[in-house]
Amino acid sequence: MNGAQDMGGMQSFGPIAPETDEPYFHADWERRALALTIAMGSTGKWNIDMSRAARESLPPAQYLSSSYYEIWFAGLRKLLIDSGLATRDEIDSGVSQRAGAPVPRVLAADQVNPMLFRGSPVSRPEPYPARFAVGDAVRTLTLNPTTHTRLPRYCRGKHGRIVAVRGAHVFPDSNALGHGEDPQWLYTVRFDAVELWGKDTTASSVCADCWEPYLEADGKA
Amino acid sequence: MSHDAEHEHEHGHEHDHAHEGSALPEMDLRVRALESLLIEKGYVDPKALDVLIDTYEHKVGPRNGARVVAKAWSDPGFRQWLLDDATAAIASLGFTGRQGEHMVALENTPGVHNMVVCTLCSCYPWPVLGLPPIWYKSAPYRSRAVIDPRGVLAEFGVALPDDTDIRVWDSTAEVRYLVLPMRPPNTDTLNEDELADLVTRDSMIGTGLALASHEAKPASGGQP
Repeated sequence: MNGAQDMGGMQSFGPIAPETDEPYFHADWERRALALTIAMGSTGKWNIDMSRAARESLPPAQYLSSSYYEIWFAGLRKLLIDSGLATRDEIDSGVSQRAGAPVPRVLAADQVNPMLFRGSPVSRPEPYPARFAVGDAVRTLTLNPTTHTRLPRYCRGKHGRIVAVRGAHVFPDSNALGHGEDPQWLYTVRFDAVELWGKDTTASSVCADCWEPYLEADGKA
Repeated sequence: MSHDAEHEHEHGHEHDHAHEGSALPEMDLRVRALESLLIEKGYVDPKALDVLIDTYEHKVGPRNGARVVAKAWSDPGFRQWLLDDATAAIASLGFTGRQGEHMVALENTPGVHNMVVCTLCSCYPWPVLGLPPIWYKSAPYRSRAVIDPRGVLAEFGVALPDDTDIRVWDSTAEVRYLVLPMRPPNTDTLNEDELADLVTRDSMIGTGLALASHEAKPASGGQP
C-alpha cells in the first residue's frame, strides 16, 4: 500500500533530535498501549502482518501527525472493530455492551515471558527451489498493490544484486490479507545508492530484504 | 507569524517529547477505557499486561547487545560464529525471542560503515537492544537514513572519512540487524565487562561509534 508509512527518501521532516538518556516510555498510557497490543496479538485473532497493515491504512495525514503509540492505538482499535471483538462505541466509551466473543487464547501472566523469549520464527520449510543465488543480478518489479506489501516505493523497478539467501519466510503480502502464510524465498538485495537516488545521496548502497515474488532475473547483467 | 516560522514552531513542538504525556490527557483516557473494556470482555489478563511492561522496561535493553559485541571483540571464534549465524551465537548468551528470531550481524571495518533503519515501520532487534528510541521510529530518521546517511550521522556528531563505504540496511522483513562496531584503539587490556561499557546503543544501530576507553559508560537496560 502506498501509504504514509512508506517514507524512505521523503524530505523536510526536520531534524532527528535524539534525546539523551531517553526513557522507553514518555507517558504511562504508552506502556499500556504497548502491552495491550502485544497481549491482543497473542489471542490469535490476527497476525503481525495484519497489525502492520492496520497501522499503514490510517489516512496519511493522521499517520504523519500521530506519535508512535498513537498509531499503535489506532491500529489496535481498527483490528478490534474489523475482527468483531469490540464495537466503535464500546472502545470509545470503555463500556462493554455485550459479552466478549470467543478468542483462541488469552495470554496468562505466567506465559508472558516464555512467549516473549521463545518468539515466533517466520522461517518455513522450502516450498520450491530457490530461483536466485548469492551474486545474481535481479530487478525488483514495479508493483503498486492497494494492500499490504513490504517492497518500499524507493526500491521498486530497480536493479540490484542478491547478497544473501535467508530461507523461506512467511509472505506478508498474503498473510496480511488472511490468505495464509504462503511461504516464499527471502533474499537480501543490495542496490547501489546511485541506482536508487541518482547523485543526490551520501550512501554507497542500500540493502532491502525482498521476497521472491518481488524479483525478476536481470537480463542486463 | 510567517508560514515558515509557524512551521518551525510546530516542528519544535513535535520533538518536545518530555511533554508528550501531559499534553495528551485524552490518550491517557482512551487507553484506560480500552484496557478496562478488553479486561471486562475477557480478552486480556491485567496481570499479564504488568509482566509485559516490566519485561520491556527493565529486563531487555542495549546492555544485552553490548555483551554480544564485547564478546565478539574478545573471542575470535565467537566473532566468526556471530557473523556466520548471529541468531545462534546471540542465543548462546541467553538473548532470544520476539523481534530477534532471525538475527544478522553487520561488521564495521575501516572501509565500511553499516547503518540500520526500518523505513516502513520500526523493526528493531528487541532481545539485544530493547525497545527502540523515539527517533528510530519517527519520520525524520526513517525517511533520511536510506538517502542521506552522512547527514544523519552528522546529527549524531559522527563524521566518517569520505572514502568510507556507507551501507544502509532497510529492515523490510523479519530479519533483524545488529551492527558490530569497530573496537576502539588502546583497549587491548580491557576485559569483556570493561569493553561492554564502550558499546553504546547507537553504535549497534550504526548511528554512532563505540566510545573511546576514557569515555566508558554502561549502556542502560538489559540483563546485568
